[in-house]
Amino acid sequence: MSRKQLALVIDLNICVGCHACVTSCKEWNTSGWAGPLSDTDPYGADPLGVFFNRVQTFEAGEFPHTETIHFPKSCLHCEEPPCVPVCPTGASFKREEDGIVLVDYDKCIGCKYCSWNCPYGVREFDTKQGVMKKCTLCADRIYDETLPEDRRKPACVLACPAGARSFGDISNPTSEVSQAIRDNAGFQIMPEMGTQPANHYLPRRKTKLVIHDDELMRADNPLLKEGELPRPQLSEPFLDDVTSW
Amino acid sequence: MKPAFSVLFLTTLIGMGQGLLIALVAGQFYFVIGSGLEHDSGDFYAKGSAVALVLLGLGLVASFFHLSHPERGMRSIMRWRTSWLSREVLLLPACMGLAALYGLIHWFDITPVLITFGNQKNLDLSMAVGFLLAGTSAFLFITTGMIYACIRFIKEWATPWTVVNYTLMGLSSGFAVAAIIAAIENALLRDFLAGWAALFTLMSFAAKGFTLWRNKHLPAPFSMKSAIGVHHGHIRQLSQGFMGRSFNTMEFFTHVSPEILHWMTALMLVFGFAAPSALLLAGWADRYLPALIAALPIQYLGLLAERWLFFAQGRHVQNVYYQRMS
Repeated sequence: MSRKQLALVIDLNICVGCHACVTSCKEWNTSGWAGPLSDTDPYGADPLGVFFNRVQTFEAGEFPHTETIHFPKSCLHCEEPPCVPVCPTGASFKREEDGIVLVDYDKCIGCKYCSWNCPYGVREFDTKQGVMKKCTLCADRIYDETLPEDRRKPACVLACPAGARSFGDISNPTSEVSQAIRDNAGFQIMPEMGTQPANHYLPRRKTKLVIHDDELMRADNPLLKEGELPRPQLSEPFLDDVTSW
Repeated sequence: MKPAFSVLFLTTLIGMGQGLLIALVAGQFYFVIGSGLEHDSGDFYAKGSAVALVLLGLGLVASFFHLSHPERGMRSIMRWRTSWLSREVLLLPACMGLAALYGLIHWFDITPVLITFGNQKNLDLSMAVGFLLAGTSAFLFITTGMIYACIRFIKEWATPWTVVNYTLMGLSSGFAVAAIIAAIENALLRDFLAGWAALFTLMSFAAKGFTLWRNKHLPAPFSMKSAIGVHHGHIRQLSQGFMGRSFNTMEFFTHVSPEILHWMTALMLVFGFAAPSALLLAGWADRYLPALIAALPIQYLGLLAERWLFFAQGRHVQNVYYQRMS
C-alpha cells in the first residue's frame, strides 16, 4: 500500500446517530456542479431520494442487556473495488492519484450493474438524471484552494458535532487516520468479501468506572460517621474533622 | 433482486436466437459428416437465420429499455477486458452480423470449397461461417450467464450452474424453434432438431432441478457480525436511516408473497420444462406438428417465469443493511 488512499475513519464509540453527516452531505452534494441528488416527492407520503451517506441503527443483545450501535454507511472506496471492473463503459473508476472511487456521470449509461457488484449497498441510482451516484469523498472541496486549509475536508467530517469522523490518507502510516486505526483496533466491514475497503471503523469501547467503598466513605474520618458533628461550646476549642462549626 | 422486464425479454429472446443458430449449424454439420448425398435447401437455413435475427434483434431492442441513457449505449463496448456485460454487448451484434452473413450465403448458395480433407470431405464457405457463428453464439451464452454468475454477492447466482442453465434453456428453446421451421419447410432435419430439442429440454429440466435444490441449501447470505463489525451473537436492525424508499430498498428486493413465489415455481416447472418436454417428445415421435408448435409459446411463458424467479430469488448481500425501516 504505497499509493495515496484517502478514506474516512468512523468511530462507532463516538457516533450518536444524529444524522448531521447525512444532511450535511446531502446539502453539499446536491448543491454542487454535478447537479442535484434528485428527490421525488420529498415532503409527500412516499419520499424517495438519493443520498451518499446513511446512518443506520442496530441493537446488540437482548433487553435489558442491550447496546445501541449507530452505524454511518457511505462508499468505502475499496482498494479492490468490485464495482469498477464490471462497468461496461468505464464510467465507474478508481482514481489513481488518491484512490477515490468515482462515477463519470457523462459516461454512465444507467445499467445499474455496478450497484449489483457492491456488497455494501452504497451506490444509489438517480432516477431523474438516469445515472448511478455515490460518495465522492467531496472530491470537489478537499482540493479547493479557495477554502481555508482546515476546511478542505468532506462535508460529513466537518459536520459531525461529536468528532466521530476523521479523514486522511490511510496509506501514510504517520497520518492521523492511520494512527487512529492502529491505536484503536480499527477494522474493515465485511473483510471476507475481499474488497479491502479503505474506510475503517473504530470499535465500541466499554468504559467502566470502578468505585471502591473507601472512595464513598472518607477514610480520614475518625468518628467513622458523616453528617453533623457535635457543636463545641464557644469556650471549647474546635477541631477539624471532630466538631462542626 | 427486482426482476426487470427488459432483462427478462433480452435473455430469453437472445437465448432462443442463439440456440436456433447453433441448431442450424449443427444440422448442417450433421449432413456434412454424414454420407454427403442429402442435405437441406439453402432456403431452410436462410429462413432459420432470418428468424434468429428477428429474435436477437428483439432482444437487443429489449436491452435498450434497461438503460436510462440508451444514446450512450455504444460506450458499453469499452471495458471488454474486465466486464462480462461489455463482452455481451460486443458479441450480440457480432452474432447478428454472422447470422445475417450465414443466411445470405445460404440464400444465394455461395458455397465455394475452402479446404478438402484427406477423407474427401469438404469445408465450404457456408460451413466455415457456420462454425464461426456457432462459436460466437456459444460464447455469447457464456457471457450472458457470467454476467450473473460473476456477482459473488448473490450466492444463488454465483455458480457455474447459472451459465449451464442459461445455455441449456437457450438450446432447448432454440432447437424447438428450429424444429418448427424444419417441420413447416418439410426439411430433412425435422426429426434431428425435434429430438435434440426434447433432449435439451429434459437436460435443462434436470439442471434447473439441481439448481433449485442447491439454492435451497445455501448458507445464510450474510452475517450481521461482519456487516457492522460488532461481534455479538444477537444483532438486529432498529432503523435503516430513512422512512421512505431508496434505490437500495427497490432494486434489491422483490416484494411478493410466498404464495406467488410458490405458484411461479410451479408455473416455471410445468410450463418451462415438463409440458414442453412432453410436447416435443410427442412432436418428435409422432411427427405431430401441432405438438411442436404448441410447445414453443408454453415453454416461452415458462422461461419468462424462470427468469423472473431467478431474479426474485436472488438475495443480495447488501440486503443485510435494509432489513427494517424504523
